[in-house]
Amino acid sequence: MITATVEQKHYLNAEYGLKSWLLTTDHKRIGLLYLGTITFFFLLGGIFATLIRLELLTPPGDLTNSETYNKFFTLHGVIMVFFFLIPSIPATLGNFLIPMMVGARDLAFPKLNLLSWYLLLAGGLLSMWAMFAGGVDTGWTFYTPYSTTYSNTYVIATALGAFIAGFSSILTGLNFIVTIHRMRAPGLTWFRLPLFVWSHYAAALIMVLGTPVLAVTLVLVALERAFRIGIFDPALGGDPVLFQHLFWFYSHPAVYIMVLPGMGVISELVSTFSRRRVFGYGFVAFSSVAIAVYGFLVWGHHMFVSSQSVYASLVFSFLSFFVAIPSAIKVFNWTATLYKGSISYETPMLYAFGFIGLFTMGGLTGLFVATLGVDVHVHDTYFVVAHFHYIMVGGTLMAYLGGLHFWWPKMTGRMYPEGWAKLSALVIFLGFNLTFFPQFLLGYLGMPRRYHAYPDEFQVLHVLSTAGASVLAVGYLIPLVYLVWSLRYGKRATANPFGATGLEWKTSSPPPTYNFDVTPAVTHEAYDYRALAEEETEGVRVG
Amino acid sequence: MAEHIISRKTYTYVFLALLVLTGITTAVAFVDLGALNVVVALAIAVVKMLLVALVFMHVLYSRRLTQITVAGGLMWLAILLVLTMTDFVTRGWLGVPGT
Amino acid sequence: MDTHALESPALRHHFDTAEQQKDASTLGMWIFLVTEIMFFGGLFAGYTVYRQLYPNVFAAASNELDILLGGVNTAVLIFSSFTMVLAVWSAQTGSRKGLMVNLVLTMLLGLVFLVIKGFEWHHKWVMHEIPGASFHWEGPNPGQAQLFFSLYFAMTGLHALHMVVGIGILSLLLYMAWRGRFSRDYYTPVDTAGLYWHFVDIIWIFLFPLLYLIGRHHHG
Repeated sequence: MITATVEQKHYLNAEYGLKSWLLTTDHKRIGLLYLGTITFFFLLGGIFATLIRLELLTPPGDLTNSETYNKFFTLHGVIMVFFFLIPSIPATLGNFLIPMMVGARDLAFPKLNLLSWYLLLAGGLLSMWAMFAGGVDTGWTFYTPYSTTYSNTYVIATALGAFIAGFSSILTGLNFIVTIHRMRAPGLTWFRLPLFVWSHYAAALIMVLGTPVLAVTLVLVALERAFRIGIFDPALGGDPVLFQHLFWFYSHPAVYIMVLPGMGVISELVSTFSRRRVFGYGFVAFSSVAIAVYGFLVWGHHMFVSSQSVYASLVFSFLSFFVAIPSAIKVFNWTATLYKGSISYETPMLYAFGFIGLFTMGGLTGLFVATLGVDVHVHDTYFVVAHFHYIMVGGTLMAYLGGLHFWWPKMTGRMYPEGWAKLSALVIFLGFNLTFFPQFLLGYLGMPRRYHAYPDEFQVLHVLSTAGASVLAVGYLIPLVYLVWSLRYGKRATANPFGATGLEWKTSSPPPTYNFDVTPAVTHEAYDYRALAEEETEGVRVG
Repeated sequence: MAEHIISRKTYTYVFLALLVLTGITTAVAFVDLGALNVVVALAIAVVKMLLVALVFMHVLYSRRLTQITVAGGLMWLAILLVLTMTDFVTRGWLGVPGT
Repeated sequence: MDTHALESPALRHHFDTAEQQKDASTLGMWIFLVTEIMFFGGLFAGYTVYRQLYPNVFAAASNELDILLGGVNTAVLIFSSFTMVLAVWSAQTGSRKGLMVNLVLTMLLGLVFLVIKGFEWHHKWVMHEIPGASFHWEGPNPGQAQLFFSLYFAMTGLHALHMVVGIGILSLLLYMAWRGRFSRDYYTPVDTAGLYWHFVDIIWIFLFPLLYLIGRHHHG
């Protein structure tokens, strides 16, 4: 192009230089800071996953000794849970999109938002320091009394890292709740909000209500370890199971912090690529809140084989089944949305299909482990490992990648290459199933988790799993390459490349610094494709 | 929303009530009421909390949303305490050796 | 944007009206306080569990605390809540002097509380009632007594930490008030800081009976 086109001003070219990024209060730039950070932690956690799978290729422990292997799975868990999965969708996509979806110029507390990112970074760096100093081997669960008394690894530093990252999560949740309550554009009532916003609101409730309990629990572990004061120490009459109660009070709902935002992404994708309003909008919206609330009533199902009272276990087992109801409502409603829709198979939709299938499998096997009697059999086996990876990787990560592709044009102003993207979605789906399906079988046959050596008869399944992990790793690396490539060479994106509804598509790609030139007014429901078509034919453009 | 200004007189009464309740709860602690000692102590503490929250923190005159937020926080605290105690209270029922 | 600029100099760019900004700040502080309820909630859960398991040792250990100093501190903290609410009232009615005087009083009372608390802790140090290697307990079940003191120090320590933060916030407010930043139309920081201060008071309102008063009727 020789003709000097004056490039439009947007949030990416409004300012340049490192300072304009490190001191930004723009939620979109902070979203990108998070994107870079969690991608780094994802790769780091992935390295430990690779090491685990390599060790398990052969029955004897020949790659590492058991102590080192303990550190591998602990660091894999700590990094993936606290520094990737918890911030993944909310802190990147949520941060970027929620103000736009509610028609606001920014989150309610922009400086607090920046502080959240620095806290995540600080927590991550501290945990990484612990990793390099010698690692930690308690498992990501930090169970007492091992963590407080017996482990001689860097427990305090790692726990402190998770503690600091927890405050990042708390502040993000607080920001979302206030923004969704107080910053909605004129006419944007609760029942006109995109379901993405509803699910993030529900996840934010958990961040705010659950995370502080984990924080104080980690403080107690650190105090006990540092000063030998004894809160959970059985030698004094303390109860290690109390730690498990406090830990799972947060860490069970934390699963919903991970998956609820993913469900929000899927609602957007399913609606957009079948050109239909989400079936049973109200049910899907309320089911998010219901999952958030129920999620707090079931934590004891992680403790069926601890010394938890059988009567408490009965109550927790019974309550756990109720979580299936709102989860099933979502799956059924997404499926019903597809019915008679004009479905197109762009990459984000492939991820959405992947999510629905894998989440369903993860959810249904969740019913197995919620059943008191069955859980005693499969507890702490690869069955549980497979179950939660179907939810966290098959669910959250699929939704994250689907959402990343879907909003990539909005975030960067460039299209991703469709062919490569479809290929990698397929590779990831196949690789995922090859990795984790054999683990269901392994667990059911009795292979316990967290062991670096195993009997010969498990080898075939372990080899399959490791082979799948290799495929999966390739699947993750392809998007990393082509998304970076697209920043420079990708096709320029229009304001609404997928013909989606929602306020974020009514502003340019990438959006201006304050998102909208004029505060938008909303006059119709979410996912109203007829109104969108009318606006386009009339040439009406908001913003 | 127009700001509701509470009079200094009201604040003073609440202040005095809080002091009196502190005196009462201390005095009652020395009387043996059996299991009721805990109940009375906590009941007085709840009344004091309500006085501070409703008047000093203006919850009585706040938006419904603020009131729901406060109630929600207390409800979640109750979930934590009650469900944790379902374990500890019922552990002895089965008579497992060593507990 | 024109009307936006006219609203008030304290109005930030991403809010439409001063009322929206104030509502957001207030809601934000309340949600923060909910997180604080849950933060202390973990400790209250631990306390409930162990007191239910070991009621007699907890009662005996509780009697080691100084009820006079604890009671006086309760009164001091309630008094500071009263001066805090008067500070907010002064801000609402536009009295800069009243605001400053009451902020100073609140901070002073907070300091008195911390000093008394410091004396109590020091006494525990002298008596070897600090949990850890040097812990010494004459009565039966010293381990369980140590659990009580672990909880005592964790709870009162975190509470004191919140007081220190609160005093820091109030000194910032005092500076802002001195510079004339607040008016009848804009005093949101005073309001939200007040919420925080009262919350810390409420935590103590529960800590006092739970820690100091549980064993008094046993030993007189």
